[in-house]
Amino acid sequence: MQHTSTQDTLVGLFVASGILGLFFLAMQVSNLSSFVNEDSYTITARFENSGGLKVKSPVSAAGVKIGRVTAISFDPKTYESVVKMSINSKYNTIPDDTTASIFTAGLLGEQYVNLDAGGSDTPLKNNGKIEITQSAIILEKALGQFLFKSAAEDKK
Amino acid sequence: MTSFLEYLGQSTRISFTKLGRASYFLVQILAGLLSLITRPRLLLKQLYSVGVLSFLIITISGLFVGMVLSLQGYYTLSDFGAEETLGVMVAASLVRELGPVVSGLLFAGRAGSALTAEIGLMKATEQLSGMEMMAVDPIRRIITPRFLAGLISMPLLAALFSAVGIIGGQMVGCGLLGVDEGAFWSQMQAGIDFRDDIINGVIKSLVFGFVSSWIALFEGYDAIPTSEGVSRATTRTVVNSAFSILGLDFILTALMFGEH
Repeated sequence: MQHTSTQDTLVGLFVASGILGLFFLAMQVSNLSSFVNEDSYTITARFENSGGLKVKSPVSAAGVKIGRVTAISFDPKTYESVVKMSINSKYNTIPDDTTASIFTAGLLGEQYVNLDAGGSDTPLKNNGKIEITQSAIILEKALGQFLFKSAAEDKK
Repeated sequence: MTSFLEYLGQSTRISFTKLGRASYFLVQILAGLLSLITRPRLLLKQLYSVGVLSFLIITISGLFVGMVLSLQGYYTLSDFGAEETLGVMVAASLVRELGPVVSGLLFAGRAGSALTAEIGLMKATEQLSGMEMMAVDPIRRIITPRFLAGLISMPLLAALFSAVGIIGGQMVGCGLLGVDEGAFWSQMQAGIDFRDDIINGVIKSLVFGFVSSWIALFEGYDAIPTSEGVSRATTRTVVNSAFSILGLDFILTALMFGEH
């Protein structure tokens, strides 16, 4: 055991580089860094149809991401989709008459919630509700309607 | 016909006996883990031969795997005009699958075979029985430190593999193929989840480290103490480790990424 101390150093370097690799994966590769110290508040919106919206889908206002969807559930009484969103506390001035709509990023991209600010002076609070919503556009439905319409026009 | 049935029955019985011995061996290893706290130097030495000596092969393979992934992914993704998602593709496939699996296979080939050969040779030269004669438990003295070293090294090596692979993929994707660097990283960060992807990858690599160290040590300990026996045991280590890693990977993937 003559080279014990160099061996120790190499083992130390190895463990340190392994941990560094994990740290790199956590901070640079995954979304962990965007969660650090993020205070947020929750708002709820009811949609007639939430389409392909998923938990963790982005919530954006004016094209800027301000939060994400935390839960989607079905209300068996009103037959609506209840979407819970957590919004970054930095953006606490969103008016309570804001419209929430579900849009698709690009033609085939993922769906996200878009908030269009209203004109009210009172901001949404924690556990606040968005009253005005617009459902997701279901591509098949829209296509079907278009086809029926053009077929009806052809008959005339 | 009878001899065939006889052979079938005998080989089944032998393999079950072996599984039983391997399980008993594992219990003995785990029982020795606590006593290792008092002798960290044994562990350190094994961390060197199991972990540090595997460092180079893991990082270099990781770099090339990442570079190839980036190159191949680019040609497919560019057909759909989705080159920007190259980052997610490279990172997800490395962190979820290739990192743990390929580094597990390399680990079995590099460190596992060495462990089997070392212990098999110790047995063949009667060093293990010599220790028993001196009232030194060979499992605690020889096997347990190697097992723990494998268990610690594997997640670190897999994380290194993925990290180096992603850097390699970024070098090829952004440097050679002209994917926008900002889009590469931001798409990756949006697409990779810490808990779902990275922690699951670490769990996978822990399981693979556990299984391949167990197999390697058992095959060495159970080897027929001749030069031929040791060579067969080494082959069995690599083959069985590869099978177990790939089979377990399927099960773990089905468990972890099933709900989405």
